[in-house]
Amino acid sequence: MGESPLIIICVRYFIEPSMTIGMANEVILLDYWPSPFAARVRIALAEKGIEYECKEEDLANKSPLLMKMNPIHHKVPVLIHNGRPICESEIIIQYIDDVWKVESPLLPSDSYLKAKARFWTSFINTKVHESGRKVWMSKGVDQETGKEELIEWCKLLEVELGDKPYFGGENFGFVDIALVPFYNWFNFFKNFADFNMEAECPKLVKWGNRCMERESVSKSLPNSDQMYAAFLEFKKMLNM
Amino acid sequence: MAEEVKLFRTWSSPFALRIVWALKLKGIQYETIFEDISNKSPLLLQYNPVYKKVPVLVHNGKPVSESLVILEYIEDTWKQTPLLPEDPYERATARFWAKFVDDKLMPSIWHVFVTQGKEQDEAIPLAIENLNLIEEQLKGKKFFSGETIGLVDIAFGWMGNLISVLEMVTGLKLIDAEKFPLLQAWMQNLSDVQVIKENWPPHDKLVSKFQAIRETYLATGAPK
Repeated sequence: MGESPLIIICVRYFIEPSMTIGMANEVILLDYWPSPFAARVRIALAEKGIEYECKEEDLANKSPLLMKMNPIHHKVPVLIHNGRPICESEIIIQYIDDVWKVESPLLPSDSYLKAKARFWTSFINTKVHESGRKVWMSKGVDQETGKEELIEWCKLLEVELGDKPYFGGENFGFVDIALVPFYNWFNFFKNFADFNMEAECPKLVKWGNRCMERESVSKSLPNSDQMYAAFLEFKKMLNM
Repeated sequence: MAEEVKLFRTWSSPFALRIVWALKLKGIQYETIFEDISNKSPLLLQYNPVYKKVPVLVHNGKPVSESLVILEYIEDTWKQTPLLPEDPYERATARFWAKFVDDKLMPSIWHVFVTQGKEQDEAIPLAIENLNLIEEQLKGKKFFSGETIGLVDIAFGWMGNLISVLEMVTGLKLIDAEKFPLLQAWMQNLSDVQVIKENWPPHDKLVSKFQAIRETYLATGAPK
């Protein structure tokens, strides 16, 4: 492909007075800005007010650090806490919740509500993600199928949301974090795939806009231009 | 308060077996409802409207679906005989490997099982590679969780009884004792655990069932 390696080391500090201060905490995120899974972790870290160093990966030329820290899948996101890697976004978020217990709990304390949160996150990981990929990656009939499936999944999610402001109830939490980066995809799909959620899932659109008002979310998600650039890059990579 | 625990399952589902083991390890009393997959009960469809599958755990009327989610629910609700470590990093590691079993390892072995000829030959290396990865996790340990069984052992435990069935049906030896000495030892250790030993579906029945499944796949390329 001929692109030069692009590893940008950016340092982000979110400083909050109530942040848990204790032993030296080195937190690094191996990141890729357009990845919805990496976005989840950025949102979770921001919600908790955790200081961390961000290392942006070039997926066409993965860093030795990424290969070492995620030897099984070689994928982002990876959270490296005091030198130890944690992989898989929903596992990372549960880890963050376990370690930084005080600030903004992300999972409910009730076992049954926790189970529901895990169930829906797993659903988003498989169904929403797979159908979303179809819309990104294919054309014609396959893309149409992807769009139809997404509407079907969103309707199920709307039932689960009900009249609550967030999936977590009064509080923004695990399922909200899991879904909102994909919600961001839906906004982008409007531009190139004629995908309109407002008519079919108005409650979910309201929920999405509510989430976007949170600073942790708006600062963690790529905008349309960034999505489009990533979309072109990804297509190029696949055509290699 | 009186506890009512029900498990919707089939006699052979390896996912349901995980829940049986977890409930028995923790000494939880429960009622079993066996489902006929070709004729699912209205209750199952009501309790798992999204996937319409077993297993489903119903605790005091509240349903939980997806076996790994159910295992975590059981762990959160009944604290005796913990299946997950206390340390957050070790918990994350256990969750990672349980997910690996479901997302990568099981599908790669299944792919070998439902194919033949060239397609099967091409599927084998990935299954072996995934088995190698999990073999490494057993270094210096009796079980994936250490001295006693835990989440990953339960997630992967179906291997203990099903692998010999799959090998018999396909005529292939996937878990070679020479190449996978730790997995071999683990399977033996697992089969010695009382709860596991007492709750394995009958071998002959499994062979017939999986023989039929493989034949269906080879004939039509799709499950019935």
